[in-house]
Amino acid sequence: MLRTTATQSLSVSFTVGLYGTAFGAAGIAAGFSIVQVCLLSLLTFSGASQFAVVGVIGAGGSAISAITTASLLGIRNGLYGLRMAPILQLRGIKKVIAAQVTIDESTGVAIGQEEHGLDAMKHGFWLTGFGVYIFWNLFTLLGALGAQAMGNPSAWGLDAAVPAAFLGLVWPRLLGRFERALAVSAITLAILLSPLISAGLPIIATTLLAVLFGWKARS
Amino acid sequence: MSQQIAAQAMWIAIIGTSAIAFALKYLGHSIPERFVTNPRALRINTLIPIALLSALVGVQTITDTGKWIVDQRLAGVAVALIALALKAPYFVVVISAAVTSAILYRFI
Repeated sequence: MLRTTATQSLSVSFTVGLYGTAFGAAGIAAGFSIVQVCLLSLLTFSGASQFAVVGVIGAGGSAISAITTASLLGIRNGLYGLRMAPILQLRGIKKVIAAQVTIDESTGVAIGQEEHGLDAMKHGFWLTGFGVYIFWNLFTLLGALGAQAMGNPSAWGLDAAVPAAFLGLVWPRLLGRFERALAVSAITLAILLSPLISAGLPIIATTLLAVLFGWKARS
Repeated sequence: MSQQIAAQAMWIAIIGTSAIAFALKYLGHSIPERFVTNPRALRINTLIPIALLSALVGVQTITDTGKWIVDQRLAGVAVALIALALKAPYFVVVISAAVTSAILYRFI
């Protein structure tokens, strides 16, 4: 395995895993038990969806609206699966495991390794998928146990570290003017839509831009 | 809402969300490759994560629960962008964003 792939996978896993603390604490604050908070991290394993569940229920929302919001946020994992499947070429139980760890981070690291070849992409996917799984669940438990001991994640700069981590992941794919134009359009569209439609949809809507750009491209 | 109903809603939400989250992931992995082998579909499939992840960066940087908010996060991500342009190693990019944001958070 390439050292850069391993380093990147572990940095992403740790940074994002730390945010599990905030989720654990948020879950407890919303009235969930420690077991329930940990189950969300183990079974749902999709940060945005999990925050949506505790946010909606905590605000007095129904189970249906919690599930709907969380599922809208989970759609993009399906799109990542579509991208990863031909690279991973899996069946049976391995496919089940790969599906469970198909998230922003594992896909991001995988596509960031494209220049290093197919094996590096696979390594990046698995190492990051498992890495985030382990750290995310560990820190969820710690967050649930420690609840407010850590205080606000913003005080530790985590609120900027996470988008910076994702920016670093897409960066190697943004060297061409075409891809850069797509990225800028996607950022703009998602931000413009954010106040207008419910959380999760603005990001999914940028799929249309990818289709449009891919459709019009020549090469 | 009575406590019992609230507890029930929590369990339904946990189980329902987890089941759908996994189904969506598995569905993506199960769409036959022949649907994504023509050059156009292949190209679109490569561009989708770029669009989604970029959008995610934008939303996480200057929105908060559906509102536009410019705060320490934007400064942190801007520093990360500079670090990337200077070809800094990955962990330097992430840490420089965190440190910038944390310092500003303390002063504003």
